[in-house]
Amino acid sequence: MPFTEEHHHFRRVVREFVEREINPHVDDWEAKGMMPLHDLFARMAQLGFLGLEYDPAYGGQGADHLFTVILAEEFGRADHGSIGMALGVQVDMATPALHRFGSDELKRRFLAPTLRGEMVCSIAVTEPDAGSDVAAIRTRAVRDGDEWVINGSKTFITNSLQADWICLLARTSDEGGYRGMSQIIVPTDVPGFEVSKKLDKLGMRASDTGLLTFTDVRVPVANTIGEIGRGFQQQMAQFVLERMWAAYGAVGACERALERTREYLGQRVVFGRPLLGHEYVSYRLAELVAQVDLLKHYNYAAAEAYMRGEDPTRFATIAKLTAGRLTREVADWVLQFHGGTGYLEETWTARFLRDQRLGSIGGGSDETMLQVLARMDGFWV
Amino acid sequence: MQVVVCAKQIPDPATPYELEPDTHLLVRPTEQILDDTDRYGVEMGLQLAQASEGTVTLVSMGPAGNMQGIRQALAMGADKAVIVDDPSLRGSDALTTARVLAEVIKREGFDLVIAGTESTDGYSGVVPQMVAELLGVPALTYATAVTAGDGSVTIHRQTAAGYDIVEADLPAVVSVTAGVVEPRYPTFKGIMEAKKKPVETLSVSDLGLEPDIRQKVVSVEPAPERQAGEIVEDDGEAYLRIVELLEKVKVI
Ligand SMILES: Cc1cc2nc3c(=O)[nH]c(=O)nc-3n(C[C@H](O)[C@H](O)[C@H](O)COP(=O)(O)OP(=O)(O)OC[C@H]3O[C@@H](n4cnc5c(N)ncnc54)[C@H](O)[C@@H]3O)c2cc1C
Repeated sequence: MPFTEEHHHFRRVVREFVEREINPHVDDWEAKGMMPLHDLFARMAQLGFLGLEYDPAYGGQGADHLFTVILAEEFGRADHGSIGMALGVQVDMATPALHRFGSDELKRRFLAPTLRGEMVCSIAVTEPDAGSDVAAIRTRAVRDGDEWVINGSKTFITNSLQADWICLLARTSDEGGYRGMSQIIVPTDVPGFEVSKKLDKLGMRASDTGLLTFTDVRVPVANTIGEIGRGFQQQMAQFVLERMWAAYGAVGACERALERTREYLGQRVVFGRPLLGHEYVSYRLAELVAQVDLLKHYNYAAAEAYMRGEDPTRFATIAKLTAGRLTREVADWVLQFHGGTGYLEETWTARFLRDQRLGSIGGGSDETMLQVLARMDGFWV
Repeated sequence: MQVVVCAKQIPDPATPYELEPDTHLLVRPTEQILDDTDRYGVEMGLQLAQASEGTVTLVSMGPAGNMQGIRQALAMGADKAVIVDDPSLRGSDALTTARVLAEVIKREGFDLVIAGTESTDGYSGVVPQMVAELLGVPALTYATAVTAGDGSVTIHRQTAAGYDIVEADLPAVVSVTAGVVEPRYPTFKGIMEAKKKPVETLSVSDLGLEPDIRQKVVSVEPAPERQAGEIVEDDGEAYLRIVELLEKVKVI
């Protein structure tokens, strides 16, 4: 991988930021079920963490994609999964379509303040009756002159209790299926927008997740990102980056988990020897290390393809699938080898297991990845 | 204001340090980081320079390696760096180090020199005072706060009881304690700009100096294991024992 001295330097800075500015607060945020995202993002923005690859005209940094890889890997190493996910939404899940397809006016109003950390954003695709099957969404935007009138609901929406705006996928025609959807920016202070419920979750407990309802919400048609009717396709492209972010983060999370486990098992004596002196334990861990390394370098291949301008969909799909399964495996084994201690809430392994369980569901489940892959590779009739 | 910050690259304290068997000198890897103590100096220098539209020049002595530590300070915002890297300086004592630094500082010109109170890998804690003496300017040491302007510098000098306010005319040398200011993180832009900033590497002969190192490390002993502390169980009169212990270490 062509990492330069600047990439390594950036990695050291992000790592230190996570260790000093994030980790000491994690327990508190987990207990509160909330992270102070406006404050955190504003500080990250000053360091250039937000919008690394975006156009400097809107406050982006004009960096190459490898800096994003590093940012995701290093936030993956944090003491919980929530912050990496929240940051991912802000920089790689809710904003890529706006950056790529949005009008100058929309980018000035929404992208620029988001990259300054003044605004927090969410991506709203999933609905109570449509998750894996995105084509089944029912939230509808009906045109009334220069305005959309939006009705419907979205669920599992990350950052949504704090979001200033939402990248909404809605039906804008009656064509049905994949056709006739549009991406619309909905500011959260408009009448008719409501967070009906803060969802209580198994893990990612510091991340605020909302059930949203839209009742006759009016926004200008000019808030449409890109072309009316191309929302599904634009969202699919946005999902690709979301999945890459998730796969990059998984590597950081697994590497740190294995390092911490190595440290503990080197000390913990069982049957007169440290646990790492038991072949089964050390070989099992070595196998996991090997798998994480494979994912890491597969990720780098994905990143390189993306940087060459190729369509990274297949890479992103395989990486996300592998990441989801591998983090579950790692989380399970590191807890196992910590024994009863690993099962305690006070040990990091408990939270790690809960947080990482999401990897195979969020951003498209493992089965959705298999569906995409089977279709791409002709294993589907 | 032209600020010079003395900055040292040291092996990452998070990694085990290695000594050469014959000379007992520290093995310095290619990758060295900016001494944490110096981050405070760099930050202080940047704040003072920025307030006066001045510049910050880093002055460093030691094996340059891949200059990771120097780049770190440049990425924080320092304008340029001069590093003296010469094999004849290996095992340099405090006075030799001070002579080299003072020589470079003289060449660069300065209103204010900032240094950490002591380096994390050496802990001699005398270099800043020696540099001041060699430059013929006042030394204001152990600063927990610094303000400068209008031809003078004022510091809070840390004391056992609190702090003294110490003032001197510029030019001067100030040594700062950890915590004097909160060091900034390098930004993405700072990191990218750091590689374009001028870094000059000098040898001793470039400076017209002849090192005269008089210090030898004769032997090295591992620090004694810390003794277990005493746990005072409170049976209603534990305070007596605690007072006794505090008197013994002369804090009351
Ligand atoms: C913590 C959290 C945060 C989230 N954040 C966001 C967000 O910010 N924005 C957003 O839009 N969404 C978000 N989601 C939603 C997430 O993307 C969906 O949960 C996911 O896409 C799965 O959809 P679903 O939950 O409706 O499951 P369903 O679609 O009901 O599927 C249930 C299960 O069925 C299986 N399955 C699905 N399809 C197939 C198939 N074709 N063949 C075989 N098996 C299949 C899978 O195992 C799947 O897990 C979040 C979810 C969680 C839990």
